[in-house]
Amino acid sequence: MNQMTGAQLIVRLLERQGVRTIAGIPGGAILPLYDALSGSDIIHHVLARHEQGAGFMAQGMARVSGKPEVCFASSGPGATNLVTAIADAMLDSIPLVAITGQVPLPMIGTDAFQEVDIYGMTVPITKHNFLVRSARELLEVIPEAFRIAMSGRPGPVLVDVPKDVQNQIIEFAQFPPVAVRSPSPVVQVEQIEAAARMINEAERPVLYLGGGVIHSGAAQQAVNLAEQAGLPTTMTLMALGSMPVDHPLSIGMLGMHGARYTNFVLEESDLLICVGARFDDRAIGKAAQFCPNAKIVHVDVDPSELHKIKNAHVAINGDVAEVLDALLPRVKVQLREGWLARVAALRTAFPMQFPEQDNPRSHYGLIHAVAEALDDEAVITTDVGQHQMWVAQAYPFRRPRQWLTSGGLGTMGFGMPAALGAAMAAPERTVVCFSGDGSFMMNIQELATLAEQQLNVKIVLMNNNALGLVYQQQNLFYGKRVFASRYKGEPDFLRIAEGFGIPAIDLDAAANPQATLAQALQTPGPCLIHASIDREQFVYPMVPPGAANTEMIGG
Amino acid sequence: MIEQVAEPLQQASFAKVVLELDVNNHPGVMSHICNLFARRAFNMEGILCMPLSSGDRSRIWLLVFEDQRLEQMIRQLEKLEDVLHVRRHGAEHEVFERLEDFFH
Ligand SMILES: Cc1ncc(C[n+]2csc(CCOP(=O)(O)OP(=O)(O)O)c2C)c(N)n1
Ligand SMILES: [Mg+2]
Repeated sequence: MNQMTGAQLIVRLLERQGVRTIAGIPGGAILPLYDALSGSDIIHHVLARHEQGAGFMAQGMARVSGKPEVCFASSGPGATNLVTAIADAMLDSIPLVAITGQVPLPMIGTDAFQEVDIYGMTVPITKHNFLVRSARELLEVIPEAFRIAMSGRPGPVLVDVPKDVQNQIIEFAQFPPVAVRSPSPVVQVEQIEAAARMINEAERPVLYLGGGVIHSGAAQQAVNLAEQAGLPTTMTLMALGSMPVDHPLSIGMLGMHGARYTNFVLEESDLLICVGARFDDRAIGKAAQFCPNAKIVHVDVDPSELHKIKNAHVAINGDVAEVLDALLPRVKVQLREGWLARVAALRTAFPMQFPEQDNPRSHYGLIHAVAEALDDEAVITTDVGQHQMWVAQAYPFRRPRQWLTSGGLGTMGFGMPAALGAAMAAPERTVVCFSGDGSFMMNIQELATLAEQQLNVKIVLMNNNALGLVYQQQNLFYGKRVFASRYKGEPDFLRIAEGFGIPAIDLDAAANPQATLAQALQTPGPCLIHASIDREQFVYPMVPPGAANTEMIGG
Repeated sequence: MIEQVAEPLQQASFAKVVLELDVNNHPGVMSHICNLFARRAFNMEGILCMPLSSGDRSRIWLLVFEDQRLEQMIRQLEKLEDVLHVRRHGAEHEVFERLEDFFH
């Protein structure tokens, strides 16, 4: 017979589940759990400075490891501070288990000190959530939380545990089995055959890869399919890295800030093979005018994505890797010389342009210089804004899970804590966070966590002293009425970093920025690399809001 | 197919549909289901919920309009962990009709 408290049981179940690092912040309602955690030799706790930071650290770990990772927060404000990181995980399908303390059961509903209904609040932003009512339920709830987070389309699960449940002593004979992924939907052979037939018969097919390819570990199969069937291949923001940028069949990222030729290739296609993508509005522009002449094959593990935005001619509900495995032997080898020549001609006529790529003091030049100094083993995270789109356009991504960005929610403040998480999950890798001055200030307190953990994280701060993407939109679409998008003050980020105990270098002051940058990136440990960026540089090309993807401006 | 900027649909002009859901019986399930409809501004005309005899399951009856998003709503319902089964009936299903006496 095992006898322990609910809190001790949670820790043991997490250990058995393979959890090795947890980010969080303690508080009254979760103190029993922290007390139990202090007795674990297996789990390492990272004390964040804000619960949102803890949530993004767990996300950073999960995006690198592909496994569900865990964050802790106390009740009330601790729990509400997690909300943004949970919503972010939901929109990008990241497996996350958030455990919150709650006021004791008899006090629920009394407006007790630090009581909020985090269960109710997180219903629409979690795959599932639990309010645990007895320690015995934990035997089922904790493994369930992991199973749900990692099965099918991954996502966040919240487990709210009242303090008295954490303290309750239970006896039980056996630990429950460690949670594993539920089996994926069984794929129908007829549908696979129908899809193969369409691919074999198409004249101008395009392969359209989404984040699901990364989540299901199907990048290799996707590249094989492209090579076998001669498919020009585009990737969403979430799928960057699934096919190396310099692969001859890659036509880069589609959508709002994709290359012109990419969107033109899609326009001419007669078959779109959408794999683990969801026709997001930033990717497809005006839905009615996206790929107007194309039939659609849609593969997704989440059946509610099928026919949601675009009706598919063949819709396959299944795990992307399994479906591609079944599809490959049925797809004919084709060179498609004609179509690929047309794609090459469009690429030559409407290429992606990277002006000033060789000048490390320009935005594209800086990104290029960082890539030059690193190899493909490095992990790249970003915040949200112009800098994020420039990195998505210009950084040479060549492997899955190399690129971590907040795609669906577009959360400023994601980049640095996610980089910390990435470095915790993969301490042997260099992690570089491209941030903007606005975004950096949204979770800047995590510099203290970084200094404490001494992780190998470099922050490349692209400072235009502005909410650049907002400034760009106001200039382009609001009659140049620039309002609330330029900062008046100008914080000294170098001294701020140094104040937190993080070494900082200023590329503006460097005589040879390329050499200074390379040296900073190659020195182990944390570092802030500051570079001024011209505020008048905009992200181009761009599909204006509400327009079709072929109606791009600039670039 | 949903356009980027969808006009609010005038649901009242659509036919009615009755949905029958088998769900786990615990506090919070109703909130999961109502939330799905609420966040898509999909009006629920009627809702009825009672535990089944076993006590660990409940049955929920929903009266909704058959607009073009209904299929998507059903898929979203089926995705919820606590929803075990969704069956679809036509408006002629008598469950709500027989309740009408209580709504005068
Ligand atoms: C939390 C949050 N608040 C507001 C926004 C809206 N927003 C999108 S980009 C942006 C500006 C980002 O500025 P910065 O981080 O400096 O990046 P830049 O565009 O200048 O490169 C804002 C305010 C957001 N995405 N996230
Ligand atoms: Mg900025």
